[in-house]
Amino acid sequence: MRGNKNALIKINDLNKKFSNGHVVLKNICLEIFEGDVVCILGLSGSGKSTFLRCLNLLEKPSSGEIFFEGKNILSEKINIDLIRQKIGMVFQNFNLFPHLTVLENLILAPKKIYKKNNLELKKEAYELLKKIGLAKKIDSYPSVLSGGEKQRIAIVRALMMHPDILLFDEPTSALDPTMVGEVLKVMFELAKEKMPMMIVTHEIGFAKKVANRVLFLDDGNLICDESPEKFFNEQENIKIKRFLNCMTYK
Amino acid sequence: MDMVLELKHALYLNLIKDARYLYILNGLKNTLVITFFAVLIGIFFGFLIALIRNFCDNTGKLKLLNRLAKFFVVIIRGTPIVVQLMILFFCVFSSRSANNILIAIIGFGINSTAYVSEIFRAGLNSVDRGQIEAGRSLGLNYFSCMRYIILPQAFKNILPALCNEFVSLLKETSVAGYVAVQDLTKAGDIIKSRTYDAWTPLILIALIYLILTYCLTCLANFLERRLKRHERK
Ligand SMILES: Nc1ncnc2c1ncn2[C@@H]1O[C@H](COP(=O)(O)OP(=O)(O)OP(=O)(O)O)[C@@H](O)[C@H]1O
Ligand SMILES: [Mg+2]
Repeated sequence: MRGNKNALIKINDLNKKFSNGHVVLKNICLEIFEGDVVCILGLSGSGKSTFLRCLNLLEKPSSGEIFFEGKNILSEKINIDLIRQKIGMVFQNFNLFPHLTVLENLILAPKKIYKKNNLELKKEAYELLKKIGLAKKIDSYPSVLSGGEKQRIAIVRALMMHPDILLFDEPTSALDPTMVGEVLKVMFELAKEKMPMMIVTHEIGFAKKVANRVLFLDDGNLICDESPEKFFNEQENIKIKRFLNCMTYK
Repeated sequence: MDMVLELKHALYLNLIKDARYLYILNGLKNTLVITFFAVLIGIFFGFLIALIRNFCDNTGKLKLLNRLAKFFVVIIRGTPIVVQLMILFFCVFSSRSANNILIAIIGFGINSTAYVSEIFRAGLNSVDRGQIEAGRSLGLNYFSCMRYIILPQAFKNILPALCNEFVSLLKETSVAGYVAVQDLTKAGDIIKSRTYDAWTPLILIALIYLILTYCLTCLANFLERRLKRHERK
């Protein structure tokens, strides 16, 4: 099925070296397809965040190619803002805008970029908030929300741009354990709607249930790209086995 | 009783006689004019420089301009304001056709540009990096992020420091006499040389400076409180 489908994202020989000389990503090659839900695992410092941030150029790769919907986003001629509109990102620390209400957080970017009118956007925001059960928070400021609420709203904020793929960098790591479920549920719903996602996470259970591919980064090398069944049940790599053991006894 | 009479006489001698209060009024006017326009210049260009430097830090573009801006700030902050003023007055505008007050405005304006740019820069940097990353990742360009996300948050941090800067600028204009401007300080100096009384005119202008800076500080505190109030609801 994959053979005749164009990749949503195609990465060739991606390298990232920080200005201090530290090489964090090494020759990464990868293709992401429509409907893929990819979970990225790896030890702390293995380059997961850096990898994700290279995909929307929050971090500038040192060499290699990244094609998004067929366009080379590292080419000089590309307007990166146009690309980023189609690549949503959800951060570990939510990064909601504290001086704006929930509604204003949601409509700021689509209003400025797509020039849609306020009423239309407000309705859309309201519908999305209703879906995740946060409609009554529409006029609240982020400072009064719980972590789980903030993260769910951050996801909706990304959705308001109608992205073609969503990137998640440890979306539940900053949350109280009691709030992890509500965020994962939203992501689970998105997966059911076939939203392509790349998720850096330590939630093994979630990866098993939702992902169709699991990647493993080891010190900047992409050493594994498999189905979750194979990854979790028939793992042969010693390093990954050890990693999984640590995770389950955490 | 004697003291009161003495004071009355001193005030008469230093203020009323020969309409000497006019020196003070005129000096006050000049001090205020210089401070006001220097502040405007400082805010405008200081903001511009801060923006250039922040833009370069964030996007890696405009490197040359960034280096020039850095150079400018180092020079201005590393040399005394009196020397800067004298260079403007005796070297740059030595043709004498230029107006002294205008030269002072330019001099103090350039000086405050350097300091204000650092204040703005620190303010922009005080906003968590995640904020601009969130904005950019939504597809907003650098300037939209600045305008709608960073500046509204940075302003609360910038305002108090900015007000302090203007209080010190107001006081620093007291060296304008070096370039033949009759500012408030110079007015006191002139009166002193006429009346041979140093105490009265100098204490008087000190009081005027104090009142001005005190009002500015109160205004700053008021604005700061108002901004804080809008922070959460
Ligand atoms: N701006 C930077 N400059 C230099 N080194 C950096 C920079 N950002 C990250 N690194 C280094 O790159 C390596 C990979 O970092 P990265 O944040 O991508 O790891 P990670 O897999 O996301 O880890 P974690 O699970 O802790 O989030 C780390 O060793 C980190 O110290
Ligand atoms: Mg990380």
